[in-house]
Amino acid sequence: MHKPELLVTPTCVEDIEPLVKAGADAFMIGEQRFGLRLAGEFDRNQITQAVHTAHEGGARVYVAVNALFHNDMLPALPDYLTFLADAKVDAVVFGDPGVLMIAREAAPDLPLFWSTETTATNWYSANYWGRKGASRAVLARELNLDSVVEIKEHAEVPIEVHVHGMTCMFQSKRTLLGNYMEFQGKDLKVEGRRKDRNLFLFDPERDYKYPIWEDRNGTHIMSPKDVCMIDELDELMDAQIDSFKIDGLLKDSVYLIAVTKLYREALNLYAEDPDLYFDKKEELLEQVKKVQPKDRSIDTGFFFKETVF
Amino acid sequence: MAKISEKTVEGKRIIVKKPELLAPAGNLEKLKIAVEYGADAVFIGGQEFGLRSNAGNFSIDEMAEGVAYANKHNARIYVTTNIFAHNENMEGLEEYLKELERVGVSGIIVADPLIIETCKSAAPNLEVHLSTQQSLTNWQAVKFWKEEGLERVVLAREVSLEEMLEMKRHVDIEIETFIHGAMCIAYSGRCVLSNHMTARDSNRGGCCQSCRWDYFLYEGNDMAETALFDDGDAPFAMSPKDLNLIESIPKLVEAGIDSLKIEGRMKSIHYVATVVSVYRKVIDAYCADPDNFKIKREWLTELAKCANRPTAPAFFENTPGHEEQLFENHKKQASHDFTGLVLDYDEETKVVTLEQRNIFKPGDEVEFFGPQIDNFTQRVETIWDKKGKELDAARHPMQVVRFKVDRPLYPNNMMRKGVL
Repeated sequence: MHKPELLVTPTCVEDIEPLVKAGADAFMIGEQRFGLRLAGEFDRNQITQAVHTAHEGGARVYVAVNALFHNDMLPALPDYLTFLADAKVDAVVFGDPGVLMIAREAAPDLPLFWSTETTATNWYSANYWGRKGASRAVLARELNLDSVVEIKEHAEVPIEVHVHGMTCMFQSKRTLLGNYMEFQGKDLKVEGRRKDRNLFLFDPERDYKYPIWEDRNGTHIMSPKDVCMIDELDELMDAQIDSFKIDGLLKDSVYLIAVTKLYREALNLYAEDPDLYFDKKEELLEQVKKVQPKDRSIDTGFFFKETVF
Repeated sequence: MAKISEKTVEGKRIIVKKPELLAPAGNLEKLKIAVEYGADAVFIGGQEFGLRSNAGNFSIDEMAEGVAYANKHNARIYVTTNIFAHNENMEGLEEYLKELERVGVSGIIVADPLIIETCKSAAPNLEVHLSTQQSLTNWQAVKFWKEEGLERVVLAREVSLEEMLEMKRHVDIEIETFIHGAMCIAYSGRCVLSNHMTARDSNRGGCCQSCRWDYFLYEGNDMAETALFDDGDAPFAMSPKDLNLIESIPKLVEAGIDSLKIEGRMKSIHYVATVVSVYRKVIDAYCADPDNFKIKREWLTELAKCANRPTAPAFFENTPGHEEQLFENHKKQASHDFTGLVLDYDEETKVVTLEQRNIFKPGDEVEFFGPQIDNFTQRVETIWDKKGKELDAARHPMQVVRFKVDRPLYPNNMMRKGVL
């Protein structure tokens, strides 16, 4: 029976061991200088350490090099990619074709996963990036289940799908929080726009709260709810999706370990016998709800939603 | 590095190869106006595969007519096919691209590799230009697309002049950049606010401009929340001012940027005519005598006559601060209303025949402009309708009226009126 990878984005290097025990098969880590919206910040030492710990536990480590790079960052990339190859990371996650160009020279044997988030929306483009050297496509979160299944049916590369956690809705290069505070003349509050400050935008018309923060990649605005597909995994399993991602962004280690355990159980049950999963899935969902932060409700994202245009 | 093409005539430097002035058009009328007012190329949208699903957009027959008109005036037509397609959008793509090729479109503006590759095989005579939706921000990425066989790239709106120069140094490819109009505040293609808030897909033309709405900034979690604004403060907003690079045209020409693009397929013919004619004058004046060039004040005030929002240079030199955003009420602020389109002028009687676009009446001071004339103002005297009946005002949109104008006018000249 098909057993997909369970991929988790950990908050720190100390998360790796308990998450492996909880059932994670793979991790995506990195640092904001090169990667976007990571659950934790991993410098080179921590990457080396994470790879060591994960590999000992039989798990893989992928490193995010998926920022939108301007010219000034290009000189830093060959060295970073060479380091990652030497550190024996299992893959690099990229969106910018510039990374592809540099990796061909600097780290030709390093596997590359294509991940542009919002713009990975059809199977043709997934296969296109596969022909250019990607060995996995990470799909946009704004796709419905039918589209995801259809992409998988036509895909020549393994497919990764986000099944749990928050989603980025917006990235600007501008420092929008700092700009707002400066406009208000509140220079004292300009400091500390990092994501650990729990800033959010309130949208009174929809009664939604959107987490927002600034970092060196600009301003990021996140979805008002967390995706949770723990009770809807059957069609994704049947479609043989290759990797299921749990995003640990803005969550703590305790939460992440608990949720990873629940998904591990769900996937194991389904692989053993789908009926076992169907019997248990409501309970698994209830357990997710128990650990879910009170101000973050869950939904199924775009999996069962139609968008128009 | 690609060098700009110039020569010296009687000790004076002249720039031979001017950058292309690329204008938007939401329908056939706007396309013709854009060409007549000086655009070298026009980009339009078809019924499918383009963003701006609310714009007028062209049928294949209308495109054919547009291409024929453009060809007569040595202008080129590009078609935006820049959605990020979902599986279900693949249907009909090949036939569509073949139709574009058949009617003589010069190129397409594309973001999705699906459409790029399909075009290469199905309609190889079309040029392929990479859309700003791909958010190109570095020269290695530009090189990637060059190696993929693309003729031109449209850069991300976040790219500065210095960065453009570095791209030109490293890669020999045509570069197109925005010089005027509304902009995304997010990296284009990396914003799905519309999808999440209204279930409309921004990357398939459904953007509902959620970035221009007001929000309220708080700090906190499920335990406690603190407002980061006081009573009377403006709400949090991320609405950008519109781009305006008129004063930077010399630098763009010297940098050898190949195409200068005006945004706005949804804008009126008055907007297109005004903006195109001003940039036409700036580019021509600079290229004719770059070393003695000065920006004329009248060009700046001319642009303000149709401006929908305050304007700013955005990322051209630096990352923009709060001065380049709009907070609280930001009403439209064009200094003039478009009041009429000239249909005809009788040199003997000095009577203009004009299609009304906004109310005006005897006694009003109006301004005329157009590619054949220098702007002039005129006081409106008696207004007649088509049958010669005197009117107290020209009240009805599209109504054909007549009145006396001292100086000659030509069809498609425009009339505007200051807004008090």
